[in-house]
Amino acid sequence: MRNFDVERGLARLTLMERIRAFEETARHAAVEEELVLGAIHLSIGQEAVAVGVTESLRKDDYITSTHRGHGHTLAKGADATAMMKELLGREGGCCGGKGGSMHIADFGVGMLGANGVVSANITIAAGAAHGVKLLGGDQVTVCFFGDGAANRGPFLEGINWAGVFELPILFVCEDNQYSASTKTSDMTSGNVADRARAIGLPVTEIDGNDVEEIATKSAEIIARIRATGKPEFMLAKTYRLDGHTYFDPATYRPEGEADRMRRESDPVSRQRELLQEAGVSETDLDAVRTTATAEMQAALDAAKAAPWPADDTVFNDVQDVGSPAQEAF
Amino acid sequence: MTVMTYAEAARLAVAEAMRADDRVWCVGEDLGRGGVFKQYAGLPEEFGPKRISDAPISEACIMGAAFGAALVGTRPIVEMRFADFALCATDELVNQIAKARFMFGGQSRAPMVIRKPMGMWRSSAAQHSQSLESWYAHIPGLVVCCPATPQDNYSMMRAAIECDDPVVYLEHKNIWMMEGEVDTSLKAEFGKAQIRRTGSDVTLVSWSHTANLCVEAAETLAGKGISAEVIDLVSLWPWDKAAVLESVNKTGRLIVAHESVAVGGFGAEVVATMAQSTTFKSPPQRLGSPRSLIAYAPNLEDKLRVTADMIAGAATKSMESVA
Repeated sequence: MRNFDVERGLARLTLMERIRAFEETARHAAVEEELVLGAIHLSIGQEAVAVGVTESLRKDDYITSTHRGHGHTLAKGADATAMMKELLGREGGCCGGKGGSMHIADFGVGMLGANGVVSANITIAAGAAHGVKLLGGDQVTVCFFGDGAANRGPFLEGINWAGVFELPILFVCEDNQYSASTKTSDMTSGNVADRARAIGLPVTEIDGNDVEEIATKSAEIIARIRATGKPEFMLAKTYRLDGHTYFDPATYRPEGEADRMRRESDPVSRQRELLQEAGVSETDLDAVRTTATAEMQAALDAAKAAPWPADDTVFNDVQDVGSPAQEAF
Repeated sequence: MTVMTYAEAARLAVAEAMRADDRVWCVGEDLGRGGVFKQYAGLPEEFGPKRISDAPISEACIMGAAFGAALVGTRPIVEMRFADFALCATDELVNQIAKARFMFGGQSRAPMVIRKPMGMWRSSAAQHSQSLESWYAHIPGLVVCCPATPQDNYSMMRAAIECDDPVVYLEHKNIWMMEGEVDTSLKAEFGKAQIRRTGSDVTLVSWSHTANLCVEAAETLAGKGISAEVIDLVSLWPWDKAAVLESVNKTGRLIVAHESVAVGGFGAEVVATMAQSTTFKSPPQRLGSPRSLIAYAPNLEDKLRVTADMIAGAATKSMESVA
């Protein structure tokens, strides 16, 4: 067994359990209570990437995320209640109920937005790092994207841009193996990591379900990026245990695949086992889960109690010049 | 008051803004050599390669990266080289830049100027000639400017750089060398039209280079005893409804002329808005390009142009017809 810091290992488990509890609570609210109105994309099974990578980030560092962005957002430090309110479209949601799950953002903790368009956040993240460089800051930007994003043009453009301008950014390809309902390997020629190598970025390929390994490697990489100001690339292979959206039964997967992955590779279970081997009691581990579930249930209760946003906010924050508040038609 | 070209006027505005604010920077293809139309000439020498930044031929990334840089506190001026090429960055502009502030509940701003050289430029054919301003006027979140004179290209550029909203800034390629007097103390206001000529018989509304053709048409019309008022909207969103309404209430006749395709063009918006607001002495008209594609051969290209003669002809006809 690896020699590791139990306290830190517990902190990693706690954050993964919080993400999982957030998403399971949100799924319950969507399926059983019809409280989450739009599509939500769950990152259940992928929590280790968000937790391991963001551990070495400062509050003023930046991330961008995808339509599957709850985990990254929570891991960067966003408030779970404000996020849950956003999923329910309520007043007090982190985006005022205007964005929902797919546009979740918390600029206060450097989370520059999830994105409904696959790959679009890659150029934006490169730009955030470009802006940091222009302003003379030392923040690192992390860009989380999925395997499907590697087949869109902005992937090439954004990574080349970071290379050309030598920007302090870590691109994290969170490979959950599916592009919506399509097996990504069926639609991808070659290895995605080789694309980044061809552009000249240092590449780390990693087990995306091993939070310890991800956290350790990310600490080294992020420190290096902060010191050199140069971009790097990580390919983290993980697995999406749920469907594309919460209402996708994902019957297109080979029979038994998800069950096997849940048994063998679920990052939360793996971390629990590791901690158990290190002497943490099952009671203590269960308490981590119970606490996380209670926190997210309280977030949901707060969200349910929150009112809808005031009608006239639909005209706010569109633009100052030519604002629809003055002339909607 | 100094005489300068349309290109020089914008360049001066950019230079002054960059001197005043370190957060302002320009990014686009070939800027290190002054830009494809030399509209950045001299700026690389003064501000260096970080602030007058070359870019790979990656329009989507130029737009997306400038947006990301705006989110963290810079104020980018984005050069798209040709308005046509900006279509490669449509997702970045329409789905990201225009929407971010709203979608994120007011947490972010995108103070950006997106320069898109537009319009017909002799024998540049279908992919280097388009006027797509009405597309952008249709997108909530964007400010849209189409200056027609050196003065407006100076004053509007200053206003666009100072604006905290994303501004789509369409400069007409055919008038880069147009000279005019520029008073740098004049401030432009979005949604405030320029009355280029006052008149009492017919209102001519336009923007960009076609506004200059309306001024020419008005001179021709004056020779025939017809007094035309020329309103140059300068910005399409917001646009100066009050100025057009006041003029139409005076003249009772309205012609809207633009270089872009007439179908679904912004002229339709102007005519429809006025039709909801006032009555006419003769049916309002809009002049625009036929819904065809811009051709290379000069004679074919000319078939698609709105000319000063056509504008004068439409105005003359409007004096004869009755609503």
